[in-house]
Amino acid sequence: MKRIWSIILLVSALAITSTTTSYAQCKNFAKGVCKPQLEPYIHDGIYNATELSEGESAELFKTFYSGQEYRIAICGDASLPPIEFQILDADRNVLFSNKEANFAKVWDFKLEASQQLIVSIQVQTVDDKASDQVARGCVSVLIGFLNTDK
Amino acid sequence: MSVTLLNLKTIRILTLAGLASLFVGCSSNGGSSDSDDTISVDNEALQKEKILKDAKKVMLSLPSPIETAMLIKRAGAKYNEELLNPTTNAANYTTNKSMSIAMGIYGADLSYASIFDQTQTVMKYMATSKKIADALGLLSSIDQNIIKRMESNVNDRDSIIRIISETFMNSNSSLKEDNRPALAALILTGGWIEGLYIATQVTKSSKDKELIDRIVDQRLSFNDMTKLLEQNSDNPDCAQLLASLGPVKSAFDAIKVQTSAIVPVTDKDSKITTLKATSKVTISEEQFKKLKEEALKLRTAIIK
Repeated sequence: MKRIWSIILLVSALAITSTTTSYAQCKNFAKGVCKPQLEPYIHDGIYNATELSEGESAELFKTFYSGQEYRIAICGDASLPPIEFQILDADRNVLFSNKEANFAKVWDFKLEASQQLIVSIQVQTVDDKASDQVARGCVSVLIGFLNTDK
Repeated sequence: MSVTLLNLKTIRILTLAGLASLFVGCSSNGGSSDSDDTISVDNEALQKEKILKDAKKVMLSLPSPIETAMLIKRAGAKYNEELLNPTTNAANYTTNKSMSIAMGIYGADLSYASIFDQTQTVMKYMATSKKIADALGLLSSIDQNIIKRMESNVNDRDSIIRIISETFMNSNSSLKEDNRPALAALILTGGWIEGLYIATQVTKSSKDKELIDRIVDQRLSFNDMTKLLEQNSDNPDCAQLLASLGPVKSAFDAIKVQTSAIVPVTDKDSKITTLKATSKVTISEEQFKKLKEEALKLRTAIIK
């Protein structure tokens, strides 16, 4: 009985450690790697990051305002395959795909009318790799705007 | 004997904490599913198929208070210090709920003051935000180094805005890191409500087209905000705040907005894409007054 509890304890301790560490890693990754990609745009201060595996996808919903110039930066951990992102309107029409722009990590845009847009992210899969392990890592979506009111 | 019992009790508590940690870690970001963790690694094809079938993770990003302040200034708003929540009210906020909402409110006030170059007010509101952040256990979000950097860049608006943005990033990333997404949602909601309150208060009538357009635009992020609170509605504070948003929703719903389809056009030289579209807002004076009144009521209730 004691042996079973010890094993469960070990697994639980590892779970606590790995959960805390993964969140901290994503936070540091977003700040250290992704935020500089926004320059010279000013980061809006909102932290959007999550852990994704290859083949996995995520969506971010955000309202963007007319007259404002924006940059979206999408960064994936170095261990992940390229990340495809699409910008969709509220009816899910594709407005931009970075696949057609050599998997660019940033997209600059402005709007004539305020809109809710969807940033759809998909971590690509690698079929011809040597290892059978599925890569997993942080993906961060940060948004910046220009301070044009000077 | 008592030592053995204590150890077993400790082990059970730690086990439950570990299992809870696993559960929370896997269910963050609203409705995500990470059940693929248990799949055997020797069946790559099945694993990939399973991952692709998994529900998408959903992230909701509310407008930052800095962005809202910048938008309303560009639309022609003037600065009015009397609209800010007095820093003396900070002593009244003693619960996690009231402190989180207040942190959002003071963050919005701080942003509004910074966009209008009100340096003394910015420093005062940053000091108050720091006290609340410390009380919420977000010690590193606004540290002494940040205060010093603000003091040395007090006349450089761009630097001040970047420092404020950094403090927002520090607080919401720390809360998510610490598995406290409900508090992050309360902070963002507090900031959103204060932004709507300031925008409606500085707008004199429904004929003030630029400001009205920016206010009506908030209906879009209002939906994101309600979804964010719904994601955290197992937290009673989020559920309570969500329930109080009904009258503002009704006021937004009464306003008619027609928007055309979006046509993206990219400039070959600058590489900047313009999302071309038109939007027509139809709002009566009565509808604007109703929205202004409901925003005031909501804000009055949360700053108590």
